[in-house]
Amino acid sequence: MRHILAALVQNQPGVLTRVSGLFSRRGYNIESLAVGRTHEPGVSRITILVDGDGLVLEQVVKQLDKLVDVIDVRDITAEEHVDRELVLIKVEAAPEIRGEIMQIVDIFRARIVDIGQDSLIIECTGDHGKIRAIENSLKPFGILELVRTGKIAMVRGPKYGEVQNSGGK
Amino acid sequence: MMTGAEIIVKSLEEEGVDVVFGYPGGAVIPLYDKLYDSSLQHVLVRHEQAAAHAADGYARATGRTGVVIATSGPGATNLVTGIATAAMDSIPMVVFTGQVALPAIGRDSFQEADITGITLPIVKHSYLVRDVNKLAATVRAAFYLAGTGRRGPVLIDLPKDIQTAEAEFFYPREIHFPGYRVPGEPNAALAYRVTKAIGLARRPVIYAGGGVISSGAAEQLTELAEKTQIPVTTTLMGKGAIPENRPLSLGMLGMHGTYYANYAVSQCDLLIAIGARFDDRVTGRLDTFAPQAKVIHIDIDLAEIGKNVRTDCFLHGDVKAVLRELLKHIELPQTEEWLDQIASWKEEHPLAYRQEGERIKPQYIVEQICDLTGGEAIVTTEVGQNQMWAAQYYQVTKPRRFISSGGLGTMGFGLPAAVGAQMGCPDQLVINISGDGSFQMNLQELATIVQCRLPVKIIILNNGYLGMVRQWQELFHNKRYSQTELIPVPDFVKLAEAYGIEGRRVRSREDVRPVLKQAIEHAGPVLIDFEVAKDENVYPMVPPGGSLTKMMGG
Repeated sequence: MRHILAALVQNQPGVLTRVSGLFSRRGYNIESLAVGRTHEPGVSRITILVDGDGLVLEQVVKQLDKLVDVIDVRDITAEEHVDRELVLIKVEAAPEIRGEIMQIVDIFRARIVDIGQDSLIIECTGDHGKIRAIENSLKPFGILELVRTGKIAMVRGPKYGEVQNSGGK
Repeated sequence: MMTGAEIIVKSLEEEGVDVVFGYPGGAVIPLYDKLYDSSLQHVLVRHEQAAAHAADGYARATGRTGVVIATSGPGATNLVTGIATAAMDSIPMVVFTGQVALPAIGRDSFQEADITGITLPIVKHSYLVRDVNKLAATVRAAFYLAGTGRRGPVLIDLPKDIQTAEAEFFYPREIHFPGYRVPGEPNAALAYRVTKAIGLARRPVIYAGGGVISSGAAEQLTELAEKTQIPVTTTLMGKGAIPENRPLSLGMLGMHGTYYANYAVSQCDLLIAIGARFDDRVTGRLDTFAPQAKVIHIDIDLAEIGKNVRTDCFLHGDVKAVLRELLKHIELPQTEEWLDQIASWKEEHPLAYRQEGERIKPQYIVEQICDLTGGEAIVTTEVGQNQMWAAQYYQVTKPRRFISSGGLGTMGFGLPAAVGAQMGCPDQLVINISGDGSFQMNLQELATIVQCRLPVKIIILNNGYLGMVRQWQELFHNKRYSQTELIPVPDFVKLAEAYGIEGRRVRSREDVRPVLKQAIEHAGPVLIDFEVAKDENVYPMVPPGGSLTKMMGG
C-alpha cells in the first residue's frame, strides 16, 4: 500500500540523508520526496511517498521520529488530506496543432508557461490521477521533456502538530 | 579567546570527563597539543578500534559517558566497529574524529574520509563542526544526547582548522532540541493497571535486559522480584539486573539460555519485559515465543513497541522511574505452584557439562573464576563460545560487572573493554575471558595494559578453533570445518612476556584453581593460556530459528 508521510525537520546539514537513509537501509524505495522550508525559520517539511507493508513502515516512522533533527513525523495516508504534484511538460507543438493542445490544457486547468518555435511548456498542478491523465493526453503529440515535483500534502482541519499525532514523542 | 582545541579540552572538563581513549594523528595534532597541558588522563591505545571499545567498556563499567579521540581518515574508519558495538548495546559514548581542514573537505584530500556519512546508521547523532563559535555547544549537545534517553554514541567531526580557529568560550548548561524529548514520569494510570495484571498472574516471569543496567535500576528490579516472588530471567545485556545466586534468578534465556529460563518463558501467563528488545537470539522462533503470555513491555524507546513481538501493554519511560511507580501499588500474585514447577525444572535440568577426558573443560574454568570472586569481579568477554560459557557459568551478583558485546557480537571487544573498565574502576578486579580467536583480534592492547599499569587478568580458553563457528559446522554443516582451525596458535605465554606481562600456561585440571588464585592475588596483569577441550560445545542450544523449548543438550 502507498503511504504518505509528512515530517517536520530542523533544517540542518545532512537531515535529508538521515531521513532517506532510514528507508533505503530497510529496502524501501522512496517513490517521491519533496522538501522545502516552512513559514517557521529553520524548519523544513518533507513529504515522502513510499510503497510498503504497514507494519514495517510503522517501524520506519518510529525510527524517523527518533532522529534528533526530526521534530515530528506522521503517516497521513488515512487522514483527510489534500495532496498536489506539479509537473512541467515540454510537448512538440507545430503551430497548426497548438489549438488542439490548448484545448487539453484548458480541460485540465493547466497553463502554458512558455512557447518555443515548435514546442510548448505546460504547467499543471493536481493530484496523482490528474497529472497522469494530462500526461497521457499529451503523449500523442510527443512529449520532449517532463519534470515533476514530489507530492506535497496537507491534512485538512487543525494545524499540523495540534492534532493527535501518531509518533507521540 | 580560545582555540577550538582549547575549547574541546575545556568542554570535556566542564562535562567532568576524567579519562579519554585515543590515538593521535595528523588531523588531531592541535587537539593533542592542548591535551598535553591538560590534567585529563589519556589512554593511548594501539589501534583506534580499541579506543572505541575501551571507552565503551569504561561506560559500561561506570555508567558514565566514554570519550574517544581519533584522527581523520583511517583513524576514524578504524572506529566504526567500536561505534557500531556501542550503538547496538545503547552505550553512551562521545567520539571526536579529526577531519581535514574545511576548504579541503570533498577534494579527496590526504586522510580524508566522510566519517559522518559512514557512521550515519550507527550513531545516535553526529556533527561536522563548521563554525568554531558553535563548538562548545556542540560538545554539550553530544554529551546530552549520548547520556540521556536511550543512550548511544554521538560523533563530532572536527576539521583541523576548527581546532586552531578562535572563539569566546561559553559553555551552555541547557540545549534545546525541538525534535528530542527525554521521557518524563511514567503514565501512572497505566502503571496501576500493570500492577493489577501482575496481581492476577499465576505464572509470571520477568525478562530483564540491558535497559535495567543502563537505567541503574537493578536494585528496584530485585525489589520488585522479591516482593512479588516473580522469577527473573535476563538477557546477556541484562546480567546483573538481579544477583544470579538468588533462587528467583533463572539465568539467561534464549539460544544458549538455561533450560528452566526457556521453559519458564514458554509456559508463563504473564511476561514482563523490562529494558529488553526481543532480540532473535532471545526469542527464537517468534510464533512460539511465550505463546500463552500476556506481554507487558517497559522501555525507554517508543520505537520498541511491537517491533518483534506483539505486546498487550507498553509502559514508556526510564526503567527505574517505571519500576518505582510499579512498586508504589504493587499487588502480589500467587506464585507458589509456579515457583515449585521452576524449582523442579532447575533440579532436573541444571546447567551442566561432563568432565570427561584429560583436557580441561572451559566451563570448569569459568566456574572457578566465579567461585573465587563471588561473582563480584568485572568480567569482560569476547564473542563466541567463551562469551556464552562466561554468561552461563559466571553468576554475576552486581550490575555493571558483566561486560560483553551483545547486539553486534564483536570479537576483539573484551580485551580493550577490560582496559576501559579497569580505568573506570581502578579498585575492582577486572578479568577478560577470551578465546584464542577473539584474543588475536586486538592483542596489541597488551601494550596499553602495560603502559597504563592495569592489573587486568586475561583468561584465554584456548581450543585452537574459532569455536562457535566450529560448533555450528559440527551441528549443522556435517562437520565440514571450513576455515575454523586457527593454526598455528601462537605461544601466548611468550607473547605476554614479550609485552612484559606475566604469562602462565595451564594444561591440567588440578592447576586451574591455584593458578587462577595466584593470578587474582598478583598485583599486576597476568595472562593465562588454558589449553581446553578442543571439541567442547555450548549447551543447551536452541538451533537458529527454533522454538525455545526445542533445546539440544538441555
